[in-house]
Amino acid sequence: MRIVLAEDLYLLREGLIRLLEAHGFEIAAAVESGPELQRALVDLRPDVAVVDVRLPPTFTDEGLQAALAARRQVPGLPVLVLSQHVEQLYARELLADGSGGVGYLLKDRVFNAEQFTDAVRRVAAGGTAMDPDVIAKLMASNSRDEPLAALTPREREVLELMAEGRSNAAVAQRLFISEGAVGKHTTSIFTKLGLAASDDDNRRVLAVLAYLNGT
Amino acid sequence: MRERRGYGPYRGDRGEWRSQVREWHEEHRREQMAVHTEMVREQREQWRRHQEAHRERVREQRERHRERHERRRERHELRRAQRHEQAIERRKAVALGLRLSGQSLGTVFGLLVAVVGVALTVCLPFVGPPALRTTRWFARRQRRMLAEVFGHEVPEAYRPALTGERLPGGKFRYGDRIERKERSSWEVEFWRLYGDPASWRDLRWLACAPLLGLVTLVPTLCLLDGSLGQLWVSGELNHVMLAALFVGGWLIAPGSLTAYRRWSVALLEPPRNAALEQRVQRLTETRADAVDTQAAELRRIERDLHDGVQARLVAMGLNLGAVEQLMETDPEAARELLAQSREASANALQELRGLVRGIHPPVLAERGLADAIRALALDSPLTVEVVEDLPGRAEPPVESAVYFAVSELLTNAARHSGAGRVWIDLHHTGDALRVQVTDDGQGGADHRSGSGTGLRGIERRLGTFDGVLALSSPQGGPTIVTLELPCALSSRRTSTC
Repeated sequence: MRIVLAEDLYLLREGLIRLLEAHGFEIAAAVESGPELQRALVDLRPDVAVVDVRLPPTFTDEGLQAALAARRQVPGLPVLVLSQHVEQLYARELLADGSGGVGYLLKDRVFNAEQFTDAVRRVAAGGTAMDPDVIAKLMASNSRDEPLAALTPREREVLELMAEGRSNAAVAQRLFISEGAVGKHTTSIFTKLGLAASDDDNRRVLAVLAYLNGT
Repeated sequence: MRERRGYGPYRGDRGEWRSQVREWHEEHRREQMAVHTEMVREQREQWRRHQEAHRERVREQRERHRERHERRRERHELRRAQRHEQAIERRKAVALGLRLSGQSLGTVFGLLVAVVGVALTVCLPFVGPPALRTTRWFARRQRRMLAEVFGHEVPEAYRPALTGERLPGGKFRYGDRIERKERSSWEVEFWRLYGDPASWRDLRWLACAPLLGLVTLVPTLCLLDGSLGQLWVSGELNHVMLAALFVGGWLIAPGSLTAYRRWSVALLEPPRNAALEQRVQRLTETRADAVDTQAAELRRIERDLHDGVQARLVAMGLNLGAVEQLMETDPEAARELLAQSREASANALQELRGLVRGIHPPVLAERGLADAIRALALDSPLTVEVVEDLPGRAEPPVESAVYFAVSELLTNAARHSGAGRVWIDLHHTGDALRVQVTDDGQGGADHRSGSGTGLRGIERRLGTFDGVLALSSPQGGPTIVTLELPCALSSRRTSTC
């Protein structure tokens, strides 16, 4: 699987390259600035891009903007954005086109190599990977939402894990319950929130995120 | 043989000669005719030109006449309109003069109180402050009147109330005065009133006020006497004199009002250095506030780093040292310690993130004020709508101050007001950045009372930038907080965003 990596800090970039190569990914290009990133994304068409939000030359949200611009040129180009902080605002911008294949994680999630590489694979396959912090913020800003308040605590747990972008199987593994039980919870959640159920994991996740985003 | 020059040589007989002569005559006549017609044509042309010029002149003259007439009529109409306006003005002036002369009578009483009070201070000091406060009351009323009636704002330049400050050496500081022992509030008030040049300026005005009142009273009296007097005088001469008095009063009324306004303003207006003094006072206060808040922030950051991240890093170092030793002997325990270290590093990062957010939020650095406030709106549990119309970015310190102010206002709205919706309006008017935060809560917020310490904090922090906070929060809501900061915006950045 070919990856374009954008990270301006040398140590972190080298660390990420080592980690990804150790897990069988191929680094197509490792760049350190916004314009370079956009060129690499459009020219190389990687299977997935791993991008730091803040990049030279402006050290603002250069990376995010380059990724969004590339996705406008190449619709559905899978992008996993890494940042020192997570903002709902950026998550919304990434999810705005509704086509999936996006991830938004805190940088410290790379400490857990298994989960991180899992997230990269999920994004590459057109799924989503949202940071638990983003989901927590989304849940908090929807705290007055009545259908959400009607969920049982277990259903909330399932919803949060699902919103992070996990499949039913992964949720079942995480909560130590059977996949069938997760399926039952999912059906109940979708009924309570008034969403149309879907068998496809990715579409289900996008529906949940769209609901939480209030769109 | 004779030869005729010019007509050719003589040739042939006499008959031939005669016809030759006839021919010459004919030729000559034709030449003469041609010259004559040419002359006549020229004369006619000249005559035509002359006539044309004459017509042109007449036309121009008529035009000039008409223009002059037009101008005269315009001038006339203008003068009539002016006279009409002046008449209205005069009528207003007369009414105002009546009112002002009434008010001036009040100032006589004020002057009596003030002079007697100040004079008595020598033997009875406690009557001084109330007397000067009375002066202030009258002066304030006059300033208000000048602003309302004449539209002339006269700034107030009273020194603010002093509060004692205990100095390290056991002494006390009151403004720029240092005292060995603490003074009672009565004494402080006495100094404040007597030490303020504004008090004496007010007193000076009050002393002149009855005289100024007289200036407005003269036309009023002329008018009253001139009109009512007609009722009980007899004799033609007396009637004419009274009519003249009336017209005189009518004519001088506006002038007397202008004089009244000029003199009042001249007497009440603080000198230029009083305005500067006030500005210095304000700058000193806001600088002290800025330094205090800055220092408090730094202390908080130092404490957070010391108790949080630093401690965690020390623990991680210890753990890693232990891992080094245990690696050979007890790999299982070493692995457990490593897992602990990883968790500690994640926690340290989490804490640092919170700290950074409190110092300068990353989204503010990355996107500017409008998007940073949008991010705040998204994170709020309330439904927040943001309307933004900023043509550029403000200075980073201004952006930061506004961001934290709005953040605090949103927290307040969520915590105390019971509001469900909030509207934030960001725009730039003239050369001020204006932010309005409105919520549909129960209202009743008051930043002057003890409960509004948060709002007072915001006000103090905005003060550093000469910004102001206005609050409108009636019982039952809604609460509207308006922040205004004078600032220029740089044009919108043209990066890739």
